[in-house]
Amino acid sequence: MKEYRVKVEVKLKPVVLDPQGKSVLSALRNLGFGEVEDARIGKLIELTIKDGDSGNVEERVTEMCRKLLSNPVIENFDVKVEEKNV
Amino acid sequence: MYRFAVIVFPGSNCDHDCYHAVKHVLGEGCEFVWHEEEDLSGFDAVIVPGGFSYGDYLRTGAIASLSPVMKAVSDFASKGGPVIGICNGFQILVEAGLLPGALIRNSSLRFVCKWVDIRVERNDTPFTCNLEAGDVLRIPVAHGEGNYFTTEAGLKELKDESRVVFRYVTPGGEATDEANPNGSLDNRAGICNEGGNILGLMPHPERCAEEILGGEDGRLIFESLLSWLGSRQGRRERAEIHAMKADA
Repeated sequence: MKEYRVKVEVKLKPVVLDPQGKSVLSALRNLGFGEVEDARIGKLIELTIKDGDSGNVEERVTEMCRKLLSNPVIENFDVKVEEKNV
Repeated sequence: MYRFAVIVFPGSNCDHDCYHAVKHVLGEGCEFVWHEEEDLSGFDAVIVPGGFSYGDYLRTGAIASLSPVMKAVSDFASKGGPVIGICNGFQILVEAGLLPGALIRNSSLRFVCKWVDIRVERNDTPFTCNLEAGDVLRIPVAHGEGNYFTTEAGLKELKDESRVVFRYVTPGGEATDEANPNGSLDNRAGICNEGGNILGLMPHPERCAEEILGGEDGRLIFESLLSWLGSRQGRRERAEIHAMKADA
């Protein structure tokens, strides 16, 4: 049995307006960080997964992203799998 | 008397308003249906009410869209049964894939709670058949995520098939930016599926179905539904729904 730590990054697609990011951008500029060109806000989801040696953790998590963790109409996702030393 | 189902999720909070509007204002039959139910036999119409199902966790409507009852709602709709999703109910229907697109954060970042004017774009749906295209209804909205978004392809589809049922407009009936409470592209307030029997809308018709609440325009939508259920097409669809339930 192997244990994995999986990080799923869910971000709004570039074409989708991100009002939260826009507000953060303007607040950063008000603080004097004029170099900030853009700010976008997404989500980080961490999963701990126990799996035999099937080797398809990434595939399964991708399926989870398609079915629940992201909304393909407005979001993109990125999956990073790390094997955990138990 | 018709039988309406009001679906209840953990966190629904407009379920009782819908029940009241159907049962006491319209005088029709109405029952709450818990989200773990898998059977909608014998119902004539389904309401997916507003609220904050599952605390809006992950995305509005995302978790509720996977509830057991949604499979039954989908079956009910696929047989032509009328389904209306209001506010969070609309969000649940798009997450369930029963309606296209997505509802994202209001462009103002604010929760918007006020009366808006919406224009009827088509009157060949079960929810608008007593109205005329161009009619303007005054109905309240209350939401933080009502900004309707769809991909370019989706937008084209909505335009081609005139799936837009309601648009935010001025009291005079003009779709302007000022009349748009949430940044919804094209001022879309309510859309339907291809068959026209699934409606999703952000405004709350159940909150303005009687004069004591400050307006009665919402009742026109419910009354349209009753007229449709009694029409030839409605009777045919009902017979079909009930027959198929009996087979199963």
